[in-house]
Amino acid sequence: MAKMNFQQMTLTLQQFWAEQNCIVVQPYDVEKGAGTMNPMTFLRAIGPEPWNVAYVEPSRRPADGRYGENPNRLYQHHQFQVIMKPSPDNIQELYLESLNRLGINPRHHDIRFVEDNWENPSLGCAGLGWEVWLDGMEITQFTYFQQVGGIDCHPVSAEITYGMERLASYIQDKENVYDLEWVNGVRYGDVFKHPEYEHSKYTFEVSDAAMLFQLFSTYEAEAKRAMDENLVFPAYDYVLKCSHTFNLLDARGAVSVTERTGYIGRVRNLARQVAATFLQERERLGFPLLKKGVEIDG
Amino acid sequence: MAKDLLLEIGLEEVPARFVRAAMDQLKDKTEKWLDGSRIGYKEVRAFATPRRLAVLVTGLADRQADVSEEVKGPARKIALDEAGGWSKAALGFARSQGVEPEALFFKELSGVEYVYANKSSVGVDTASLLPDALPSLATSLTFPKNMRWGSWELRYIRPIRWLVALHGSEVVPFEIAGVETGRTTRGHRFLGADATIEEPAQYVGKLREQHVIADVEERKAAIVNGIDGLAAERGWKIAVKEDLLEEVLFLVETPTVLYGTFDPSFLNIPQEVLITSMREHQRYFPVLNAEGKLQPYFVTVRNGDAMSLDVVAKGNEKVLRARLSDAKFFYEEDQKVAIPDFLAKLENIVYHEELGTVADKVRRIRDVANKLARKLRADESAQAGVDRAAELCKFDLVTQMVYEFPELQGIMGEDYARKAGEKEAVARAINEHYSPRNAGDTPPESLVGAIVGIADKLDTIVGCFSIGIVPTGSQDPYALRRQAAGIVSTLLARELELPLPELFQLALETLAAARPLKREAYDVLRDLNEFFALRVKNVLADQQIRYDVADAVLSAGCADVRRTLLRAKALQDESEGARKEAFRPAVDSFNRVCNLAAKADESRQIDASLFADPAEGALYEAWQKAHGTYAKAVNEAKLEEALAALSALNGPISGFFEAVMVMAEDEAIRRNRLSLLANIADDVKSFADFSKWVG
Repeated sequence: MAKMNFQQMTLTLQQFWAEQNCIVVQPYDVEKGAGTMNPMTFLRAIGPEPWNVAYVEPSRRPADGRYGENPNRLYQHHQFQVIMKPSPDNIQELYLESLNRLGINPRHHDIRFVEDNWENPSLGCAGLGWEVWLDGMEITQFTYFQQVGGIDCHPVSAEITYGMERLASYIQDKENVYDLEWVNGVRYGDVFKHPEYEHSKYTFEVSDAAMLFQLFSTYEAEAKRAMDENLVFPAYDYVLKCSHTFNLLDARGAVSVTERTGYIGRVRNLARQVAATFLQERERLGFPLLKKGVEIDG
Repeated sequence: MAKDLLLEIGLEEVPARFVRAAMDQLKDKTEKWLDGSRIGYKEVRAFATPRRLAVLVTGLADRQADVSEEVKGPARKIALDEAGGWSKAALGFARSQGVEPEALFFKELSGVEYVYANKSSVGVDTASLLPDALPSLATSLTFPKNMRWGSWELRYIRPIRWLVALHGSEVVPFEIAGVETGRTTRGHRFLGADATIEEPAQYVGKLREQHVIADVEERKAAIVNGIDGLAAERGWKIAVKEDLLEEVLFLVETPTVLYGTFDPSFLNIPQEVLITSMREHQRYFPVLNAEGKLQPYFVTVRNGDAMSLDVVAKGNEKVLRARLSDAKFFYEEDQKVAIPDFLAKLENIVYHEELGTVADKVRRIRDVANKLARKLRADESAQAGVDRAAELCKFDLVTQMVYEFPELQGIMGEDYARKAGEKEAVARAINEHYSPRNAGDTPPESLVGAIVGIADKLDTIVGCFSIGIVPTGSQDPYALRRQAAGIVSTLLARELELPLPELFQLALETLAAARPLKREAYDVLRDLNEFFALRVKNVLADQQIRYDVADAVLSAGCADVRRTLLRAKALQDESEGARKEAFRPAVDSFNRVCNLAAKADESRQIDASLFADPAEGALYEAWQKAHGTYAKAVNEAKLEEALAALSALNGPISGFFEAVMVMAEDEAIRRNRLSLLANIADDVKSFADFSKWVG
């Protein structure tokens, strides 16, 4: 089988998870550090309603920017994210089958589930699970959510996060992320090297800390104002903006160690409030997805 | 007829570090249940892999044993009512024992008649107990971290995916979290298939057919053999750390050992960096040559067979290459930064909100370390070394390498300092000051490292105590016990004359000079003394000192840790074998002296002109001589000689007690005699409280 390019990999995973009754959605259009922060995960993992979704998430980590020079570290990488709630009994088998579809036959490799418990304190999230190793390389984060936005998860969602660049560099046997084939002769570097450089330069050298501090406060205030109107989704957008703004400030070295805890706490409080309000709003609507007759079993 | 019993709990991959404890627990709880239920059995064996916990009971009795016992009830006068019938108390007793009132009878016990019931219960079929007992057994296992899954409320280590429960050839029916029992187990994830088990005894064999080695010791032997074989074949020494072997053991169901290689140019990075990267991040075993030098190879264990082993090796090599490239990058980048620039960054790292930045901590360490060096009269070059090493002891915390590999703190500092041209003693002390790093580790070898190490640990402990962080029970988040034990073992190993109370005082004054104390100094010092007394007691126990000897010696205080241990050893020597009986009379004399001395006043004045009996003068003379010898011996840390000097007083003490009445009528004479005894008691009690000596 020919080695899959990046685009084929994405299409294959979308196709596979669509067959497992996941709705396939497009990336969410607000900057974020991980697919978990997409409201399709963060909010929908809360409450009793069943939910199955799959999407690609471009994830921004300003501090990881390396001006397009490091073969492994990126300002923005791609996660392929799957949420299944409640977690199906055969979720591990489904995941392994998805690897098979990508051309990874376990008989020729060493695939392991190595304990890794995931926490995101700034969003009040915690889960238990594994990192999945393919011949010693971590290619996937596999988590059973126990808590999201400070709320216990009932039922529990299984979250599968594929690190697309990692997986692709293995499948295509490339040492440098910029040499990956995106599609038919178009390399990853052709698409992303230029923005990697510019975002790194902006993040570390050009960004205006005073303006960013101001933005943080403005976004925070607007999040609260939206929440006062019980407008959960707009409020959450501003929480995401706060989070990204903070990450920019942090990468710029503009946040002192003592202030850091304070900013993370402010984002966490907002996230918790949004989570609680979302649950109330869904309850007020009578948890509509429960009524769709979607069967919930173990 | 006895049958075998099998219970297998099939799970998604259990964290490797929890598997063995869970297996032991399953075995233990099974045995306890069988014993408590009076069900006979031949043997209980437990099995575990990442995906299963199992227990196999052979020769399980078909029925519970019958029991018959007499149970005592209320006394006769309470058991009968006024009309001579059974009282409410007696009826209640009968009911509680499950017998009819007619079956009650009387029996005398120590002259009182009591009502008794003959309680016998006939054992029931084991088979009838299993459907309730096995699920409670399985769900009674406790784990350090639990999770929920799907829509189930059960909290368990990982989701349960299948259950095998067989009593003989019969399935024991029950369900846990929606999973029903059966006779089908699952084989290796990629090599095996489901397998049907007809009889419990087939368990290990059926799994072996499906490429699962269920027996832990057998699997471990397979890994060790694989590693040894590779080492012999290639002429390597493979550094197998027991804890990593244990982890790998519970990451695989079928182990196959393989090796990979990395570019020899990476060997320019310090060996510790490479080893940490291989061990901690990749769970690889490093490879050494016969001389113990690291080689550009690594050994890993695949969960599977030998198919496409080259692909697996190649994949692992790729991962390691990326990791080592990162390490090399950090190593080179770090060396582009001057040490003063790293030190400046410490000003921005909060050590603890209430204890300041790391730079603040370093200033305190430096201050205390310099004072300790002067106290110890260290020579000039050692004093200069202490000052510089203390200043540099934390700079590597802000290097990229330590940020990536926190366990390399100190090790990188040493390497970078040496490369930056620091003196050898300084570079070495930067690493050593963290020692002992764990329970099995040794204290710093060099004086400079020992002094900086004590100053650092002291600042941590005293700082924490000063803001109310005092370890209680199992709560010791800052590992203060380990650090205190580290100070004690350093004082002992390097034979440093630094009394603990002086150390506490010094560290506390330094802290108070930098920021106002949150607690009263008096309270902090009291807590510190208590805390360290327990650490010293543990050290004595580690040195095989008998508990009564330790108690006796610790009653005389432990300010000087080294002399406390030597006192304990001297007393222990006198407490063994034939010497014990020879020593006992001296202990009796000491105790008698100390008891009477309690009645003496504070003056300690002795007037020789008041001696009425030659035995008094003889004891006084003997003590004056002994006192000088004792003080000199203690000063020279020759505690056996010190104890011998005290023991030599036994004869004169006995003579004294035979000849005179201490509590004489004449007050002046009485006080004089008590004062003589009190002076002797002061010496004796500064060695030990001999009343705690068991003999």
